[in-house]
Amino acid sequence: MQIQPILAALRKHKIPALLIVLEIALACAVLCNAVFMIGQRVSEIHIPNAIDEAGISVIDVQGIDPKTANADIPRYLATLRQIPGVAVVAALNMMPLTNNSWNTNVATSPAGIMAKDSPNVAEYLLTKGGPEALGLRLLQGRFFNDDEYADSKLGDSYLPTGHTVVVTRSLAKRLWPGQGALGKQIWVGKSNTFTVVGVVADVLRPDENGGGAARFHWSMFSPINPHASIQTFAVRSAPQDRDRVLREGVHKLEALAPNVVVKGKTFTDIRDKYFANTRSMVWMLVLVCVVMLAVTAFGIVGLTSFWVGQRRRQIGIRRAVGATRRHILNYFQTENFLLSTAGVVIGMLLAFGINLYLMQHYQMTRMPWYYLPASAVALWVLGQLAVLGPALRAANVPPVVATRSV
Amino acid sequence: MFTYYLDLAVRSLRRNPVLTFLMVLAIAVGIGAAMTTLTVMHVLSGDPLPGKSAHVFYAQVDSDPTPGYKHTEPPDMMDYRSATDLWSTHRADRQALVTVPKPLKIRASDSSLPPLMEPVLFTTSDFFPMFDVPFEYGSGWTAADDTDRARVAVISSDLNNRLFGGKDSVGKTLRVRNADLRIVGVLKPWRPSPLFYDVRGGRFANGDTAGYYGKPEGVFAPFFTGLDINEGNFWWFNCWAMPKPGERMVNAPCNWVGLWVQLDSPAKVAAYRTFLDHYAQQQKALGRIGYTETRLRDLMDWLAFNHFVPSDVKLQTWLAFAFLAICLFNTVGLLLAKFMRRAGEIGIRRALGASRRAVVAQCLTEAGLIGLIGGLGGWLLTLVGLWLVRQQQTPYSGLVHMDVSMFIVTFVLAIVVSLIAGALPASRASHVAPALQIKTL
Repeated sequence: MQIQPILAALRKHKIPALLIVLEIALACAVLCNAVFMIGQRVSEIHIPNAIDEAGISVIDVQGIDPKTANADIPRYLATLRQIPGVAVVAALNMMPLTNNSWNTNVATSPAGIMAKDSPNVAEYLLTKGGPEALGLRLLQGRFFNDDEYADSKLGDSYLPTGHTVVVTRSLAKRLWPGQGALGKQIWVGKSNTFTVVGVVADVLRPDENGGGAARFHWSMFSPINPHASIQTFAVRSAPQDRDRVLREGVHKLEALAPNVVVKGKTFTDIRDKYFANTRSMVWMLVLVCVVMLAVTAFGIVGLTSFWVGQRRRQIGIRRAVGATRRHILNYFQTENFLLSTAGVVIGMLLAFGINLYLMQHYQMTRMPWYYLPASAVALWVLGQLAVLGPALRAANVPPVVATRSV
Repeated sequence: MFTYYLDLAVRSLRRNPVLTFLMVLAIAVGIGAAMTTLTVMHVLSGDPLPGKSAHVFYAQVDSDPTPGYKHTEPPDMMDYRSATDLWSTHRADRQALVTVPKPLKIRASDSSLPPLMEPVLFTTSDFFPMFDVPFEYGSGWTAADDTDRARVAVISSDLNNRLFGGKDSVGKTLRVRNADLRIVGVLKPWRPSPLFYDVRGGRFANGDTAGYYGKPEGVFAPFFTGLDINEGNFWWFNCWAMPKPGERMVNAPCNWVGLWVQLDSPAKVAAYRTFLDHYAQQQKALGRIGYTETRLRDLMDWLAFNHFVPSDVKLQTWLAFAFLAICLFNTVGLLLAKFMRRAGEIGIRRALGASRRAVVAQCLTEAGLIGLIGGLGGWLLTLVGLWLVRQQQTPYSGLVHMDVSMFIVTFVLAIVVSLIAGALPASRASHVAPALQIKTL
């Protein structure tokens, strides 16, 4: 296929050619960045969380009287435990992804706590059975023993009086990079220390805490006695029993304690709600991409059809002097390929620029390079598909057209 | 002449319905996307207190006494002492303290409904007149109620509907935690966007500020009454040292009270700024606080400082306008194709004496007509888009509606876009050489 005649023809139609190039360039730039954003958000939605998400029902009991909490909470726990199908029940101060977080800054030495970069960690407090009720996955060490549960009350500064803690793997890596975490001391404030007795797979904190995905897994767990502030109940059952267990649990607690406000949710609902905004942003981006590609394709179809109509006579002459249908088809396909190429080259530069702008203004990360060629290929394919219809029509122009005056 | 061009335009559009449909579709889709996001932007970035926002200010003093790394900006709230010191001087025309709203257990005393958790805002009496809060029944509490720690409350119209079936509940009793408050006022439906008096912490939010557009609290009660009935149960903005459980909030090393003031003249604003600076310097000299940075931002500045429009919304708006640009390019190409195909017809018109200007006018009339039809389609698509936004679980989804100004903008934008799209093809068409065209006929 000779390119020279195509270029010569395009030179005669500078403006329409330029329009197609610009349209493809802009589509390529937007597509790159939109797909990148979709990818980021999808991985955000699927961020791992090593608890038994499918089996946990969460019942929030608000307004427990602090004076009787010590007796009330075990009563609530016992009631929930009696529901058929319930495996384990525990009370805790908060659940992952519920947006209300107990956070504290921690360090590996008393001096480190004053450092500005001391990590901010979500502090989960669990009554007996907590690790089992959440389904924490132990990687090293052990969970808490009965004495540790019994000895730990909610003390000053909303910290447990016990001295043991289980940390997530990400937190252990942040605090002691390259070392084992077991037996090490965590400092909270200048006077409180906790000994790491176990390391668990990464559990999410109640909110992202403005730190991106890395800090999302900085959680630690301590044992605690019942207290009025420990008002969330995790009820674990088999996934198929979960909805019934939740219904019965809420019902029974409401009957047991008419003075408190009981609210129940499955953990899957909590997770869905947390990421609802992100999910709708993904759908909107997908919608924009699809419609944008469709509009671009229609634009190519429209302009190429116009060119085919305009050049019927020339096509007829070419056919009359020996060009095959395939030649004509190839001509329009090559022409489109050249325009697309020009478009995606500009588009990739534009995409890169937009990414830089977004990095500066919208906490976006750098786009991996392979997004650029990938969207270039996508637009090449789109262009070829769009041009096929008009090109086939061009190929069907009979040679006899050449002999007619138009 | 215009009606003649219009007639020509309609004929021309009818002659090639597929091409017409493609152009109208491109404009409609582009306008639909752009106007959906623009309407969301318009709703979210609006002034929540029109006419008054320039006189309402948010005061900040840095109450942290501990020396440490450099503080460049005071925290978003103050400790009890600083906030009440400033409030009690009554230097501003109006002043209101606000706390971080927190859900508390409430129930109507003479109702069999189960208790419910409802956000409660503790504030002072000027809150209602300063923010033009509309009342359905009764009124706000008095300045005396503030200092007397009166057991009174104002409830939202939404809560009044839920608890009292929308009837006049002034005088009835509301149990908040373990205290009985007498209802003195019921609000009319009131939904400022954003919920400006609760906006804070935006610089730590990473652009995720959809929460600023939530509903107002169900219960408003006097700040000092709150000290009695909600002790140990307040939320704070931040603390510079660990608070102890059971430590009274008035002594807590925490920032948890905000101060809004109304200042009606520039002179008063300047005077209040000086007052704040003097207060901070005096307190620093006394050794109670460690920093003298103060701020007094007016409402819109404070919102802007908190980057109050969610960054996702801004991103969507950019995206939609890029999309509109693609649709524009598309329409330019199609119009060009359309006009150039009629080169012969235009050549004859030119040969018969039509000026270039007349050809341009004719072409632009056709482009404008496409824009008008596309605008109609775009308006319908915008309504669909806004409906989709309302189906989402964002706090602002209930707020998003098209108003008259946005309705007009839709059509103006559609026609402007189509005229821009038509400009180049029209000028090309007007440069058709008549002689050449007639020769080929």
